[in-house]
Amino acid sequence: MSLLSLKSVIKRFGGLTAVNNFSTDLQPGELCALIGPNGSGKTTIFNLITGIYAPTEGKIFFDDRDISGKKPNEITRAGIARTFQNIRLFKGLNVLENVMVGHHLRLKSDPFSAVFQLPGYMAEDRKMHQEAYELLQAVNLAHLADKEPTALPYGQQRKLEIARALATHPKLLLLDEPAAGMNPQEAEELMEFILHILKNFELTIFLIEHQMRVVMGICPRIIVIDHGEQIAEGVPEIIQNDPRVIEAYLGVTENA
Amino acid sequence: MKIKRNTLLTLAALAVFYGLLALAENTLNTYWVRILNLCAVYTIFAVTFNLIFGYTGQFSLGHAGFAAIGAYVGALLTLSPAQKQANFFLQPILPFLANVEMPFLPTLIIAGLLAALIGSLVAWPALRLRGDYLAIATLGFSEIIRIFLVNWQPLTNGAMGLKGIPEYTNLYWSWGAAIVTIFIVKRLIDSSYGRAMKAIRDDEVAAEALGVNLFKHKIMAFAVSAFFIGVAGALFSNLISTIDPKVFLFTLTYQIVGITVMGGMGSLTGSAVAASLYTIFLELLRPIESQITIGSLMIPGRPGMRMVIFSLLLLFVILFYRKGLFGQKEFSWDWLIGFLRGKNRKMKTSQTLGSTGAADKENKS
Repeated sequence: MSLLSLKSVIKRFGGLTAVNNFSTDLQPGELCALIGPNGSGKTTIFNLITGIYAPTEGKIFFDDRDISGKKPNEITRAGIARTFQNIRLFKGLNVLENVMVGHHLRLKSDPFSAVFQLPGYMAEDRKMHQEAYELLQAVNLAHLADKEPTALPYGQQRKLEIARALATHPKLLLLDEPAAGMNPQEAEELMEFILHILKNFELTIFLIEHQMRVVMGICPRIIVIDHGEQIAEGVPEIIQNDPRVIEAYLGVTENA
Repeated sequence: MKIKRNTLLTLAALAVFYGLLALAENTLNTYWVRILNLCAVYTIFAVTFNLIFGYTGQFSLGHAGFAAIGAYVGALLTLSPAQKQANFFLQPILPFLANVEMPFLPTLIIAGLLAALIGSLVAWPALRLRGDYLAIATLGFSEIIRIFLVNWQPLTNGAMGLKGIPEYTNLYWSWGAAIVTIFIVKRLIDSSYGRAMKAIRDDEVAAEALGVNLFKHKIMAFAVSAFFIGVAGALFSNLISTIDPKVFLFTLTYQIVGITVMGGMGSLTGSAVAASLYTIFLELLRPIESQITIGSLMIPGRPGMRMVIFSLLLLFVILFYRKGLFGQKEFSWDWLIGFLRGKNRKMKTSQTLGSTGAADKENKS
């Protein structure tokens, strides 16, 4: 049984077809990469899965439930979390509070008991604090808990964004260019980190990445798209030698 | 222990504040008591605006409309039947209101609830909009309320307004309501719901991706705000005893926005301090609207001059002090104690330095 399944998904923006007839299945526990040249529709696919856009045609199933056209917060509740290409941390909240926002969707107490700090809410609030702190410990950010997120180095901001997504207790995590702007050493650390959370949080990870070192290094399966259409799929070795992939990235030689 | 100490300090401060209010109520003349009451009303206005804009990031300009609803409910429910008959001499008042006369507390609560209800109904479609568009929609709503007040004569007595409203509002009511408002808004923004609201303010897309229901939290902020604006409106009409639709022009909203910006977006302390300073300064500036003679130069009185000063003040704040008086900081006991301790420590270290210096001298000699 696949965890996520996209069935002939099409997304058009006016006359532009950003995603054309895209289908794929993700198995539980899998680590899969989505690559393609700039503007090929990778982030659009993520936005379709997470509900920021609704598909023009086709269906998206998660856990055998149809989630196409649902709102982003409902989809997160169902178990899909994501990070963003351009880091989107909450600047007015500290590091711990950023993670605690991810716990808010499981809060059962109503606003009334929150305002009057009734015992039920206080217990939940303490638990939320503790879980958020443990999560920060698990990703080695606990010593920065009361810092402003903008004061963190770039690599740690990325990590915090991932930790915040993990706080929603997802089954599927979507990472949009997690290694963007990182130097080789930071990228190396990130690869280890991704493998670490994949195992320890019982996740399935779907990631977009431009740094081939990262993609080829850790992802057993790679999907390549160009102009919104899938052009190749498979293990890194096959992808690297696929003529259509080379063509999409490097162009065709004129005398070929 | 620490929390207990702060609670005790807060209770003590409240007791002292109550004493000061009692002193003011008994010794100051009615003019100054009214100004202090207005300070409380404006504090509520600014704190609620801060909840909507400073903490939830929704630029709503509907404050005057909500305040008008509260003020008219406050007036219509407390006016005696005889006074109502005197007020509505053109056309009689709607029959179901003719013989209603309520005590003050239920009046305040009904005023708040009605404002919250209408606020939520308006927010329902309006909160689909963002930024400037929301501002325009809520501003429009505020004007619609005012047009209703002018034209629905059997309910509101139209442009003639309502007179002889009983002056129930005293310092205990007004500041009591202000303290309750600050308490509830503070507790709300410090709760998990408040964190979600701040997340919406900082980044709507990311907040929604973390499972925050945008609509629910925005409506919540709106309803809580509208409730307390309604209460403040009722306090206002029972304070100045005469209201008409012109009181609730959009300039009232701009004043509230100005106060909140001056106090600091995201600081309740800032809102309270700025509201009080603003109200008092505006009264102190009253002389400049009357005729001034400097030597042989005679400047004729111009009503509205005070607002020119207010605008200049706002410009100054925006140009040089963008974060307002308090920025996003709040007053807290820990801060005060830390501040006092810091001062003491400095004094102590300088003293010990001085004494060791003296000891050195003694040794040398």
